[in-house]
Amino acid sequence: MKRMMYCAVGVAALMGATLSAQKVRINGGGATFPYPIYSKWFAEYNKLHPDVEINYQSQGSGFGKTQIVKKTVFFGASDGPMTPDEMTAAPGKILHFPMVLGADVPVYNIPGLKNALQFTGPLLADIFLGKITKWDDPAIKKLNPSVNLPGTDIIVVHRSDGSGTTYIWVDYLSKISPEWKKRVGVSTSVNWPVGVGGKGNEGVSGLVTQTPGSIGYVELIYALQNHISYGSVQNMAGKFVTASIDSVTAAAAAAAKSMPADFRVSITNAPGEGAYPISSFTWLLLYQAPQDKAQAKIMSDFVKWALTDGQKYCKDLGYAPLPQNVVDMEMKALATIKTS
Amino acid sequence: MSKKTRSDEMVFRVGTGVFAVFVVLLVAAIGVELWRQSQLSIARFGWQFWQTDTWNPVSGEFGARPFIWGTLYSSILALLVATPIALGIAIYISELAPSWQQRPLVFLTELLAAIPSIVYGIWGMFVLVPFVRQLEIGTPAWMKTIPLFSGPPYGVGMLSAAIILSIMVIPFTSSVAREVLKAVPAAQREGAYALGATRWEAIRMALFYARTGIVGAVMLGFGRALGETMAVTMVIGNTPQMSASLYAPQYTMAAVLANEFTEAAGALYINALIEIGLVLFAMTLIVNTISRAFIWSLGRQTRRAPGGGLRMTSERASAREPRERSGATGVPARERVGGSGGAKPPGKS
Repeated sequence: MKRMMYCAVGVAALMGATLSAQKVRINGGGATFPYPIYSKWFAEYNKLHPDVEINYQSQGSGFGKTQIVKKTVFFGASDGPMTPDEMTAAPGKILHFPMVLGADVPVYNIPGLKNALQFTGPLLADIFLGKITKWDDPAIKKLNPSVNLPGTDIIVVHRSDGSGTTYIWVDYLSKISPEWKKRVGVSTSVNWPVGVGGKGNEGVSGLVTQTPGSIGYVELIYALQNHISYGSVQNMAGKFVTASIDSVTAAAAAAAKSMPADFRVSITNAPGEGAYPISSFTWLLLYQAPQDKAQAKIMSDFVKWALTDGQKYCKDLGYAPLPQNVVDMEMKALATIKTS
Repeated sequence: MSKKTRSDEMVFRVGTGVFAVFVVLLVAAIGVELWRQSQLSIARFGWQFWQTDTWNPVSGEFGARPFIWGTLYSSILALLVATPIALGIAIYISELAPSWQQRPLVFLTELLAAIPSIVYGIWGMFVLVPFVRQLEIGTPAWMKTIPLFSGPPYGVGMLSAAIILSIMVIPFTSSVAREVLKAVPAAQREGAYALGATRWEAIRMALFYARTGIVGAVMLGFGRALGETMAVTMVIGNTPQMSASLYAPQYTMAAVLANEFTEAAGALYINALIEIGLVLFAMTLIVNTISRAFIWSLGRQTRRAPGGGLRMTSERASAREPRERSGATGVPARERVGGSGGAKPPGKS
């Protein structure tokens, strides 16, 4: 009698499993920075297409890049584009699709300071290289003549964990400072010349808010949501721009004019009057000719939706939507994915 | 019926045996996989890995000396702070506290162990670090010249890490120390009191008797401190540098793994991180094995000398002779080191 009951339960479980297998499940993983907007998109897409379930593991850009090469995930996500070496290691051609924009802002803690500070790229590079060590250094005073800067030491705070946020920051510094490029370079994790490391955006902002005289960098979204004051940065056109959703989108729009066909471009230090110089894309990685055609069709459709209807969810979550000219270019690239 | 019970017995024995073997195999498998996955880095750097200070993921140069320094330094500091406190707690609970206090104290001490590491980290970052920063700012100028206290007052650094680690280690050391103190046979204590020992002298006797177990407890705490990750990475400053200063931000092996592993791309980088993991794994395995050996040897020692032969070295060796007659306990004479059963004249220390 007991044995029959066990059999019945087993059969029912099997039936349940096969019935639920009608759903299509697509697995992806990668960058943590766009995770909030990606989850919103997956949830909204699931409402429109209840038979599609997209799973995303927010484990970091490194995870996204390595796992798509190993084909343990169908799509990857990364804050930094894959290097040519990484791409040749892949068993097929991988396409990059920019999905949203991110930006880094310089946050600092000077007790008693009311106005926002102005920075230039070379100044930030010198501070993070350890060449400028005091707040009342003439270089800083020149850019902020009306501000009463104290004579205290500058305490530099950077990220201890590997991150796309770091990637954007050091990418910008490498572009405007040859010394940075030679001494430190660009990666999600670098050998910082000076400073203490905080874990995550929350670690950096925690350290900066508690340590008088400190300077660090965090994601724009993080600064906005946590009401942290940050400085403005001078862009290529010479204007001091404060990071905002519009100035970040302007950076992408300006960079679109010289966008390579594979979208693997850094848009830091973008030209244009209103462009914020420390902005960056975050990419979705897809094979051009994947084996599972059904999943390819669904992902292709999802990306199309995310680049059009999906962009309206960006602003509420604090992400800058893509400019139209970039979206148009991406639609053309999307069409090259072999879905049949 | 007996056939069924016999086969049930077999199934039970084999089944639980399988689980036991499975655990051993799992640990071995972890070690083997760590070894295999770090081959690239071992082949490329060899022993230089542990002698260089540069950790540069961009250029592909990896040297892990600052991490091993930070791990050992923070753990040893934590031990120095935690051991007296933990032993004090253990002694108080097992010897001095009235019985109504014992249970709540045990519970509260073990509650410290139940707090998740990340919660310690967050508390450390928002409460301990500002406090330590104030301490560092307030150090008198003469102290700042000593290398141990030199450096700008970041707040985050070795001192904060050592304090947090010591708080986390206290419950482990104190609970094992409490257990080994309880394992001191009652006859030993009664013998001491019968000879007129004061409370403190009896406690000293018990501590001496249980010394191997206490060393084991301390080493267990050490092993715990070695592997502590989240709490340390929030307060240590995460800077790969070797410095004797308590105020300097430094880095530990567990912290660098937690921070850099998810984003690490590139086979050499990942292999270098896994090599650090391998060494950390080996270190904690060795330290924990030694500590267990010490703790178990106390159990054996207790069973071997049941209530007889007080193994105390005493300055009053003159009291030795009258006691030779108690060889009836079965303890060989050479085990009665220095003093014998009843080494102290009554009333004197």
